[in-house]
Amino acid sequence: MDESSSQPPITRRTLIAGAAVAGAGVILSNLPVDAQQKGTAPQQPAAAPPPPPTAPADPTKAPGAPTTAVGERSPFVHPQRAPVGEITGTSFTPHQDLEGTITPADLHFTRIHAGVPTIDPAKHTLLIHGLVDRAIEFTVADLKRFPSVTRAHFVECAGNGRSAYRTPKPEMTPQQVDGMMSNSEWTGVPLDALLREAGVKSGAKWLLAEGGDACLLARSVPIAKARDDALVVWGQNGEPLRPEQGFPIRLLLPGYEGNMNVKWLRRIKLGTEPFMTRWETSKYTDPLPDGKARIFSFEMDAKSLITSPAYPDKLSGPGWWPIRGLAWSGRGRITRVDVSTDGGKTWLSADLLTQITPKAAVRFERMWRWDGNETLLMSRVIDDQGYVQPTMAQLKAVRGPGTDYHFNGIRGWRVARDGSVTFEANT
Amino acid sequence: MSARIGSVSRPIIACFALLAACKVDARNDYLGDKSPKEFGLGHAASATQIAAENIDVSPNGEGLPAGSGTPEQGATVYAGACASCHGANGEGKPPYPQLLGGPRGNFNFASDFKIPRTIGNYWPYATTLYDYIRRAMPLTAPGTLTADQTYAVTAYLLNREGIVPAGTSLDAKSLAAIVMPARDHFVRDDRRGSTGGKNVR
Repeated sequence: MDESSSQPPITRRTLIAGAAVAGAGVILSNLPVDAQQKGTAPQQPAAAPPPPPTAPADPTKAPGAPTTAVGERSPFVHPQRAPVGEITGTSFTPHQDLEGTITPADLHFTRIHAGVPTIDPAKHTLLIHGLVDRAIEFTVADLKRFPSVTRAHFVECAGNGRSAYRTPKPEMTPQQVDGMMSNSEWTGVPLDALLREAGVKSGAKWLLAEGGDACLLARSVPIAKARDDALVVWGQNGEPLRPEQGFPIRLLLPGYEGNMNVKWLRRIKLGTEPFMTRWETSKYTDPLPDGKARIFSFEMDAKSLITSPAYPDKLSGPGWWPIRGLAWSGRGRITRVDVSTDGGKTWLSADLLTQITPKAAVRFERMWRWDGNETLLMSRVIDDQGYVQPTMAQLKAVRGPGTDYHFNGIRGWRVARDGSVTFEANT
Repeated sequence: MSARIGSVSRPIIACFALLAACKVDARNDYLGDKSPKEFGLGHAASATQIAAENIDVSPNGEGLPAGSGTPEQGATVYAGACASCHGANGEGKPPYPQLLGGPRGNFNFASDFKIPRTIGNYWPYATTLYDYIRRAMPLTAPGTLTADQTYAVTAYLLNREGIVPAGTSLDAKSLAAIVMPARDHFVRDDRRGSTGGKNVR
């Protein structure tokens, strides 16, 4: 493998093997990211993690480190987004390094089109105008005076899974396969409350949401969605939004493709028709085999992803192993996740470990007794609309190999006799 | 008869109770009858404030400013402001996209992702060019082109794609009147109701 030259001394494989020997809860959070860059955007890889520090032979025999203003991760773990370094680019969430469902805010995937702006929250405003009774400007402080809600929702880029669909390779990590999905607890005000302040005029069917970055990113949103479960959020996972997630405020449209969740939100204009911005016409439309392209394909279909075992894991030997992963649907709640350990011949129901709420990721797990033979692991999610995650073959048959966006086919992981795990796109 | 109604209605009542609970969960009490219709927060936006931010352009031409420009004038603007990222002939330099020269006639993009999607074969509305250039281009100095320069570079790109002839002076009226080659290839999302699996759309 061509990444071996930069392989640091501690790898996720050795840690998994060690945990299995110790019989402890399996540690799955230490994957080096140098293996995660291949085959993604032409951007720089994240920096190689530093060599691990030495720990005292017995930490109980001397006082440890003092209190600090801001905590840091253990020097033994280095979860990182990748790739990095572009102002028009994407940085993926390292799913293989994470636990539960909440993506740490500093590891939430980032898609930016003109860099991350630096915005003074005291000067930032949100203007609502167009087909309203009263055009209103809200300061961030004004927004925080409204009754608030706090809810978990995933955000997924519509292009998530593109490499796995078009140019798959066995050496792809969960981060490279589906790292443009992250899940957070968001705090903000329902957009409907703001629209009520402005007074929606009859005939208003769409709104334009515009960001305050250097490309003034703008998307058209149906009024029905705006009045249903849309939020204007300022909080994420217990703290103010991070700059790359929209500080001081962003639009949150639960279940809708990531691009519509406009960051650095500065303006909302109500109108009768969609505004046909560049992002919803020449981008974020889905070519179909019948000579058409799907436009306004807002909702993210249900998807699941096994995050371990996955490349570059290596199972240390036969025996019991947890199959863990994430599942989500842009249309509602997850009702079931199935796991197959025989390439899709038979399916077993996985345990759903976390609270099941609409349009939010859930963590699933299924214990699996590996007999040491080569096999193919897969997961399949079913949501409360009765939607069953399709195989990649089913998706390609209806969308075509050159389609774009909304790549939610079943993902597979091949386990070899030596315990090594590689990505399998053809399901 | 009454026993039968009773046996049916209990689950129905439970069902309604559940629905009511879901509604509260989704919308919150204060958006119902328990709170004021308005909180009176925020302040009235002045016409000046709105004008400063109201830059979007719709397919019917609404929002297009006064001004005009020709492909010939636009060639100069393109060479100075655009070519360094998009290439001298709009061929693109990854990650900066190709703008010009995609194949025409077959809207067969689903067959091969390598078929370039360009202004002439994929953009449904010419007004979107103006809107996007005005709000986002050039990348390193957005918002610096004048209205005339923006019309001119729009005219240049459309001329290079064979959509407007040389010498065309584009303004608000003529830009909105252009029918792009790809306009009728877009269909609204029809996935809802799909049950996935074999019935995926």
